[in-house]
Amino acid sequence: MSGEKPILEIKDLTFTYAGAETPALKNINLQIFEGEYVALLGLNGSGKTTLQLCINAVIPHMIMGDMEGSVTVQDLDTAEYPTRELAKIVGVVFDNPEFQLSQMSVAEEIALGLENLGVAVEEMNPIIHEVLDIVGLSGLGDRSPFELSGGQQQRLSIAAALAMRPQILVMDEPTSNVDPIGKEEVFAVAAKLNRERKMTVIMAEHEVEVMAAYANRIIVMDHGEVILNGTPTEVFSQLDVLEKAGLRVPQVTEMAYRLEHERSAHWNGVYPVTTEEAFQRIAPLFGGKHD
Amino acid sequence: MTNPVIECQNVWHIYGGSVTAVQDVNLKIFPGEIIGIIGQNGSGKTTLVKHFNGLLKPTKGKVLVNGRDTGPMRVQELSASVGYVFQNPNHQLFARTVEAELEFGPRNLGLPEDEVIDRREKAIEFFGLEPLRHSHPYRIGFPLRKLVGMASVYTMRPAVFILDEPTTGQDNVTTRIVYRLIHRLRDEGSTVLCVAHDMILLAEVVERMVVMRDSLLIADARPREVFSDRALMGSTHLLPPQITELTLRLKEQGKLPQVSLSVSESLDVFAPLFGGKSEGGQA
Repeated sequence: MSGEKPILEIKDLTFTYAGAETPALKNINLQIFEGEYVALLGLNGSGKTTLQLCINAVIPHMIMGDMEGSVTVQDLDTAEYPTRELAKIVGVVFDNPEFQLSQMSVAEEIALGLENLGVAVEEMNPIIHEVLDIVGLSGLGDRSPFELSGGQQQRLSIAAALAMRPQILVMDEPTSNVDPIGKEEVFAVAAKLNRERKMTVIMAEHEVEVMAAYANRIIVMDHGEVILNGTPTEVFSQLDVLEKAGLRVPQVTEMAYRLEHERSAHWNGVYPVTTEEAFQRIAPLFGGKHD
Repeated sequence: MTNPVIECQNVWHIYGGSVTAVQDVNLKIFPGEIIGIIGQNGSGKTTLVKHFNGLLKPTKGKVLVNGRDTGPMRVQELSASVGYVFQNPNHQLFARTVEAELEFGPRNLGLPEDEVIDRREKAIEFFGLEPLRHSHPYRIGFPLRKLVGMASVYTMRPAVFILDEPTTGQDNVTTRIVYRLIHRLRDEGSTVLCVAHDMILLAEVVERMVVMRDSLLIADARPREVFSDRALMGSTHLLPPQITELTLRLKEQGKLPQVSLSVSESLDVFAPLFGGKSEGGQA
C-alpha cells in the first residue's frame, strides 16, 4: 500500500467528552485504505464507538468535548466540514435498528436521507430500487420498517446508508440485537459490499471468529488507545496482549496456543484464525484415508 | 426420581384465537439443570418460557411449577419461584440507585432488614457492581445495566432463573461474569433456563438444549448431540462454535469419534498429533 493515499487518516487524535476527567480517545494514529474491511475490537467502554463518531464527524460537530489532532476523510478535515457533508462519504449503521428507523415504509426510510441531500423526487425511485436490491430487500419497499425481522431492519439501515453513496461504511456492533439468521444476513451484505464494490468497512464487533473470517485488518482498542493493529493472524497471535485487555481470540487460535503452552506440542507455524486454516493444518495429520 | 420443577403437559398457545405460537409441547425440567432454549425469532421459544412465570397461560394443556398448575396462579405468586431476567433491562429496572434496585426484591419478599442488606451486598460483590452502587441504573451503560437486572433477580433467590439472551451486547469480560453466575446459581441448587443464541454459552455452559421451530419443540438433547446434527442445526440456523465445527468436519471424515464442545476438550484430542501430551496435568 506504499504510495497509496489513505481514504481515512487519523493523526494524534485525543478526545475528551465535556465534563469527563479522562480522555475517551488517546493519541490515535491510523491510516485506512480504500477497500479495507477493518474490525474494531475492544471491551465496552474502550473507545470503539467514540472513534466511529469521530470518523462520521458527529464529533466534534454534534457532541461536546475537547478534540485534539485531526481526522481526514477523503482529504476533508472533519472539523471543517459539517456532518451532513460527511454523510455522503461515511455511512453509519448503529447497533440498534430502532434508533435509526422512523418512517412509515421501507422506501420512505431511504428517501429521508436522499431528501436531506436535496435529491429530486423523480431521481429517488431508481436509487431506492438499487439499494434495496443490494441488501436483498427488493419488493419490500411498501412494508413498515417495524414489520421487518431484526436482520432485515439492519439491512434496511445499510440500504439507507448506501443511498447516500458513501465510500466508507461504519458499523457499530450491527448484529448485537439480531438472531443468528439475521447475523448471517448482515455479515454477508457487508462482505459483499466490501468485495464487489470495494466499500471500505469499519465494523466494531465482539464476535472474533466472524471478524477473523471477514476482516483483513483488526484494530484493538483498550482504554482509549489502539494497542494492536494488523492482519487477523498478526493480531490474534498476540494472545497474551489480548487477554490482558480482557479480550478473547478465535477458538482455533486459542487451541494452537494452548497446545504449545500447556501440552508441549509442536504446532510449528503461524496460529490459525479460521476453522478452514485449522482444518487444513490438522486433517492431514490423521493417518489413513483422506477425502 | 426427583419431581420436575417445571412441567409442560400438551401446552398450546394461540394468540388472538388464530396465531399458533406454541403447539403441543411436552417438557419436564428438573432442579439443578442448565437448559438452553433456542430457535429463531418467531419460533415460539419466548412464548413458551413466558408460561413458566405465569406471564402467559396456556390456551390448551397445563403448565406445572413445583407440581402446581399455573392456571389459577398469579404472576406475583410465581415470581418467588421463577425469576425472569429480561433481555432488555429497561423493562425491569426502576429504582433510583443500584443499591435501591437490589433491595427492592428481598424487601418485597418480606425478608428482615439485615437479610435484605446481606443479599444486596452479596449481589454487589458477585456482579462487580461496587463502583456503581450509588449510580442511577439508567446512567449506566447497557451491558452493565443488564448485569444489574440479573443481580436484582439474584437477590430474590428464585428456584428457577430464566435468562433471556443474557450475553447479547456483552463483551468478553461481562460475558464471563454471566457464565460464572450460571454455574454458581446451579451450584446453589437453582435451575437455569437460558433463551440464547450465544453458541459458546450453549456448547460450554448449557447441559441440555430444547430446540423450537415453527411453534414446535423439534429437539430436546444434550449439546453434543445437537452440535453433531447438521440437519438439525441447519433447520434452525444454528452455527456451531469454531472448535465444534472443526471437530465435526473431522468426525464426518471418520477421523474423530465425536465433536469437542470446548477448546479445553479439543486439546486432549489434538495434542498427540503434534507430539504433545494428551492429558493436561500442570496447572
